[in-house]
Amino acid sequence: MGHIKLAFEDNSEHKLRIIRGSSGKHYAQITNGAPFDIFLSADQRRPRRLVEEGLAKESGLTTYAHGQLALWSKQNNLQLNREYLLNTNNYCVIAIANPRLAPYGKAANELLSILGLESLVREKVVMGENIAQAFQFAFSGNADLGLVAYSQTESPNLRGQGSVWLVPSNLHRPIKQDMVILTDSAAALEFSSFMKSAVVRAILLTSGYLLPEVAP
Amino acid sequence: MLTQPDIAALLITLKLAATTTLILLLLGTPLAWWLATTRSKVRSAIEAVIALPLVLPPTVLGFYLLLAFSPDGPIGATTAAMGLPSMAFSFWGLVLGSAIYSLPFVVQPLQNSFAGLGRMPLEVAATLGAAPLDRFISVVLPLSKLGYLTAAVLGFAHTLGEFGVVLMIGGNIPGETQVLSIAIYDHVEALEYSQAHWLAAGLLLCSFLVLLMIYSANRRFHLMKTA
Repeated sequence: MGHIKLAFEDNSEHKLRIIRGSSGKHYAQITNGAPFDIFLSADQRRPRRLVEEGLAKESGLTTYAHGQLALWSKQNNLQLNREYLLNTNNYCVIAIANPRLAPYGKAANELLSILGLESLVREKVVMGENIAQAFQFAFSGNADLGLVAYSQTESPNLRGQGSVWLVPSNLHRPIKQDMVILTDSAAALEFSSFMKSAVVRAILLTSGYLLPEVAP
Repeated sequence: MLTQPDIAALLITLKLAATTTLILLLLGTPLAWWLATTRSKVRSAIEAVIALPLVLPPTVLGFYLLLAFSPDGPIGATTAAMGLPSMAFSFWGLVLGSAIYSLPFVVQPLQNSFAGLGRMPLEVAATLGAAPLDRFISVVLPLSKLGYLTAAVLGFAHTLGEFGVVLMIGGNIPGETQVLSIAIYDHVEALEYSQAHWLAAGLLLCSFLVLLMIYSANRRFHLMKTA
């Protein structure tokens, strides 16, 4: 998001102020009158619900990116892959984001159930409230493995650290991330179209996301 | 209304608060006694350390505990060397975190209570031939009843409402580390507002009853004294 802010402000007279937080919290704030112009959610459910509730227009709703799920370990030089995950003797604790709250958590759950691991690893799973916390559990070494966002493992501070496996996208349902315009301000419209520009698409790709129209 | 996991979270919360309070009363007693009676120069430093959890945001405290629990961290390395399971994501990890977090709420009322006794009752007991432990049990404890009540209730209530520390070190495991405050937070995040309201109302009611208990006991105690 930091790169996108810089690129946007280079090309616009408007300034961008980013308010970070979980999608659920932002949803609650928006329904209670938070003065946001645009809402980039980590899922599709919450922006859609804002439209259904009349707090945003259908026309202002778009998918801006596809998230990718990754398996990450703090330990270097592990051969992380499907077989590593299937051999549950390899690890004692695996961190995921709460599947009820976070789309990456939901995808992680789908992966575990597709691999038939759901009941095998139930005792080993710890849940973060969001994907950032799931990553913290793995990053601090308290969890041997973490099912996290590929965008986290590819962030400039962490790239090259630990071991990572980009989970094939056919092993879980797509993680579509939607944004929705909340006001009629010119700045909101400008930013919304900027999110579809080549500049942003390049940033998304290098940050570990897939482009919105790519159906993985 | 309340689902099965909600009830499990309620029970875990009560168990956590009760365990933490009990441990803090046991450890807090000698500590508070020492603070109330010592003339040591390090007293102020120890008092400051005990008050630190009041300053530190709970999530920050939780984050450092998480680092300490990791296999390379001081606590994690110690538990591993002793052949114990890791403290992270376990009930006993939460107890440790809560004990640190609620420490000042238990030690300070005890210390004030002990300091308020003065030296007179103990000296009288000593001239009557009471040994130190006997003096403590038959003189100090009965005279400090109110201090213990305040310490227990504050420690218990403070742990009931704990959120940040548990969020960081708990791992949200139902029946093990999923406490009430986290369950409420989850409901809000999942847009299940009515369930969140039920649980929050339950937590408020519970806390109100606990606080009501201490204040009415406090009043009765004062009436007894003046009567």
